[in-house]
Amino acid sequence: MIADAIKAGALMVVAALVQVSLASTIEVAEGHPDVVLVLVIGIALLRGPVFGAVVGFWAGLVLDVVSLETLGLTSLLLTLVGYFAGRLGDVTTKSSAHPSLVAVALGTIGFGLGSAVLHFMLGSTISAAEFFVGVLLPSLALNLLLAYPLYGLCRRIFQPEPRERREVSPAV
Amino acid sequence: MPRQRTARLPVLDAPARRTEGLSPRTTRALRARLVAAVLVLVSLALITVYFRESEDGTLHGAQRIGLSVAMPFEVAGERIARPFRDAWGWASDLVGAKDDNEKLRAEVDNLRQQVIQSQTAVSENERLRAELKFIDGPSFPSGFEGVTTRVVGRPPSAYSQEILIAAGSSSGIERNDPVVTKDGLVGLVTDVTSNGAQVTLLTDQSSAVSAVVLESGAAGIVRHGPSDTSALILDRVSKDELVEQGDLVITAGWRSGKLESLYPRGIPVGTVKSVGQQDVDLYKRIQVAPLVNFDSLAEVIVLVPKNR
Repeated sequence: MIADAIKAGALMVVAALVQVSLASTIEVAEGHPDVVLVLVIGIALLRGPVFGAVVGFWAGLVLDVVSLETLGLTSLLLTLVGYFAGRLGDVTTKSSAHPSLVAVALGTIGFGLGSAVLHFMLGSTISAAEFFVGVLLPSLALNLLLAYPLYGLCRRIFQPEPRERREVSPAV
Repeated sequence: MPRQRTARLPVLDAPARRTEGLSPRTTRALRARLVAAVLVLVSLALITVYFRESEDGTLHGAQRIGLSVAMPFEVAGERIARPFRDAWGWASDLVGAKDDNEKLRAEVDNLRQQVIQSQTAVSENERLRAELKFIDGPSFPSGFEGVTTRVVGRPPSAYSQEILIAAGSSSGIERNDPVVTKDGLVGLVTDVTSNGAQVTLLTDQSSAVSAVVLESGAAGIVRHGPSDTSALILDRVSKDELVEQGDLVITAGWRSGKLESLYPRGIPVGTVKSVGQQDVDLYKRIQVAPLVNFDSLAEVIVLVPKNR
């Protein structure tokens, strides 16, 4: 568990640097690929909601620091994404070799909408059409493209846990 | 106090068991919710404090320290990423250049249309000036007014040597009014409406114009040639007359009592293209090349008699 935490922490630092220095420059319309988001979802799918939430919080914190964003903003969103992706992983793809594209799609949409709402509350606005067509759709497509390679990376670093046996009714 | 749950068993008379405490799954789910809730609260607290504190506050300071620690890695990452970023930028620029190319092509097409329209207007202006000069000049037939109009319809086939013009009886035009250009004779108005008229060209099989050769005064009738639709012949010229290639043929404009030619005298018809004669023929065989290009008529002048 501690080894996993150290690996995840280091991976998120590297991912945040890659996100800031490379991924944010890859622009399709107004959307960018989100390496950190996809990795958080991948780890959460493999390790469950607690680990997902903690990794999400840490990743958001690192991202906010290295990009000088409002501290806590990305942490809040990635914590929720990690938690819900972990819950989804518990019931679906915890040991699957394929990433749950549904999880990546839902995570991207949730993160995008949450980010828009939070930024709106903090005073930054963007038109709905520009957000959905220019930002969300390209980001969704790019993140889905990233899903397979990054989930493969996650599986190599964090070996999937064996699926626990379901509780059965006591013998009568 | 932990919640007690009763396990209901599907067997009658079996003793009901009560589990002590929560199941591991429930505990784990509750713990996950608790962790997530705590982290969300911490995040909200971070956001709140970050906004409320000054630029020199604790969180801002910590963030700056964190950034200064991460900065060398960011710089290194930026250097490593630069070739990929440049490649992406190049590809993006290429897509942008394609868009620019399409926009510029559309602009070129638009400008080309404008140039064509301008050139057409200039050409039309020059033609109209020339016709105006012709109308005001000494070669314009006396006793006539010129109605300059546009050709709006052309013969649908080579068998129909007629054109439609955009002026009719409302402009004073009547049947049998001669039609000319600055180059020469075109034909005769054969049908009129209020705002349009039909002109039968000189090259039509039904057209015939009494004409003379300007140089020798040899008289004859210009009419449609036997084969080529655009060719004219000067018929009924005696073999005694002297006609040479290149001579100018003009309308005769005869008058006999109350009768007079539909065409005024002196309108150029064409030039003599070839002259021939045989012993068995009564008249010379004279081919005339029309001065008017009947294939590219754009504007014509209808000669309306002043005394009508």
